[in-house]
Amino acid sequence: MNTLGEALHGALGLMASGDATLGGIVALSLAVSLSAVLLATLLGLPLGAAIAVGRFRGRRALIVLLNALMGLPPVVVGLLVYLLLSRAGPLGELGLLFTPPAMVIAQTVLVLPIIAALCRQSVEDAWVEYEEQLRSLGADGMRAALTLVWDIRFSLVTAVLAGLGRALAEVGAVIIVGGNIDGVTRVMTTTIALETSKGDLPLALSLGFILISLVILLNAAAHLIKEAAQRRYG
Amino acid sequence: MATTASILPLTLRDLTFAAGGREIIQGVSARIEAGPATILLGANGAGKSVLMRLMHGLLAPSAGEVSWNAQAPARARRGQAMVFQRPVMLRRSALANIVYALELAHVPAAEREAQAMAALREVGLADIAHRPARVLSGGEQQRLALARAWALHPEVLFLDEPTANLDPGATREIENVIKAFDASGTKIVMSTHNLGQARRLGDEVLFIHQGRLVEQAPVERFFKQPASAEAATFVKGELPWV
Repeated sequence: MNTLGEALHGALGLMASGDATLGGIVALSLAVSLSAVLLATLLGLPLGAAIAVGRFRGRRALIVLLNALMGLPPVVVGLLVYLLLSRAGPLGELGLLFTPPAMVIAQTVLVLPIIAALCRQSVEDAWVEYEEQLRSLGADGMRAALTLVWDIRFSLVTAVLAGLGRALAEVGAVIIVGGNIDGVTRVMTTTIALETSKGDLPLALSLGFILISLVILLNAAAHLIKEAAQRRYG
Repeated sequence: MATTASILPLTLRDLTFAAGGREIIQGVSARIEAGPATILLGANGAGKSVLMRLMHGLLAPSAGEVSWNAQAPARARRGQAMVFQRPVMLRRSALANIVYALELAHVPAAEREAQAMAALREVGLADIAHRPARVLSGGEQQRLALARAWALHPEVLFLDEPTANLDPGATREIENVIKAFDASGTKIVMSTHNLGQARRLGDEVLFIHQGRLVEQAPVERFFKQPASAEAATFVKGELPWV
């Protein structure tokens, strides 16, 4: 109990003092994860919608695969992206390994299936209601898919939030491709892992607080927006 | 010019539609001409809605053929619009819902809003143009669906039990809009199980019973002297369910 008490005290002190190291770590975490979620959203929503509306061979297998990929282990994604970006790898010449962009790539790969699979399910449910009307109006294929995405945009907030939660919370992928370099690629989760093993509990704990608070805050904001929009648009 | 050719008549040849091992439509042949408002009449489950979807191209027949006037096959698709029993509106304003339909119909961007407003005025919804479509009442949404169809200037308008979910007041308003469509020269093809509505709006009746076309006759004659036993029972108000 004593350790927790000391850690808590230290954590509050750190957060109150506006520690620059702490601020940098939080900022990098947000920058990496938000970028990854933005990319995964731009790719994942059209992808999920296209699978929802499309009728092609292998569709069911693709849906099963996509759903399975939601549970991709972050360390495996980290390893694969590491191999791609390492000096001998196919994208090694870009020199991205151990940089924030590498972390964004890894998290995008991790989050994309989550957003695409959840979007696929929502769009497919909506398609049941809209299909005849949209086909009657002459909207087929991708056009119909994008119309649906826009129309259920407030429900899709949930899919994006699930992706954001995953990105902010994972350690495995960013630690492998980022390398947890102090001041360069150190984010909240990797710092917590490192500082805990080093015994610097106040820093680890304050980052834990901030991480959880941020996730709650983002979810609350999204929920309020969604509620207001649904009241307005029905 | 080819574009002036009518997409009618609509010809159905031995049309059959099966789903789940059951033939919902069985060997329907008919010719639907320009002019008279056509009512697909029949009990619930007779196959009216499925037949209409086959005509409109939303379902593909298991056997048989749906063909529009061969002179204008390319125009057939664009010459039709359909209003469903339950209107499906997008989460945007009433006006934007019509603008969306006009966009799909390749109406130039600059003309869409004015045309959409004109259609809303036609059904008496101009004052709610900027309200979100989904929060309108059922009757208003159905009128909006009619306005959306109106804006497309279809040659043929399919209506699938358009008033089945509405109260008498809203039903009357919808019927008035349908009459206006009819008066403007749009070919009406409407399904209903409501005898009064069939009489009020129809010129000719296609009586559907258990997936078959039992009778095609002018409204007057159909109600006075139905040619088939099934139609006679139905007209008397004794619904033949099975």
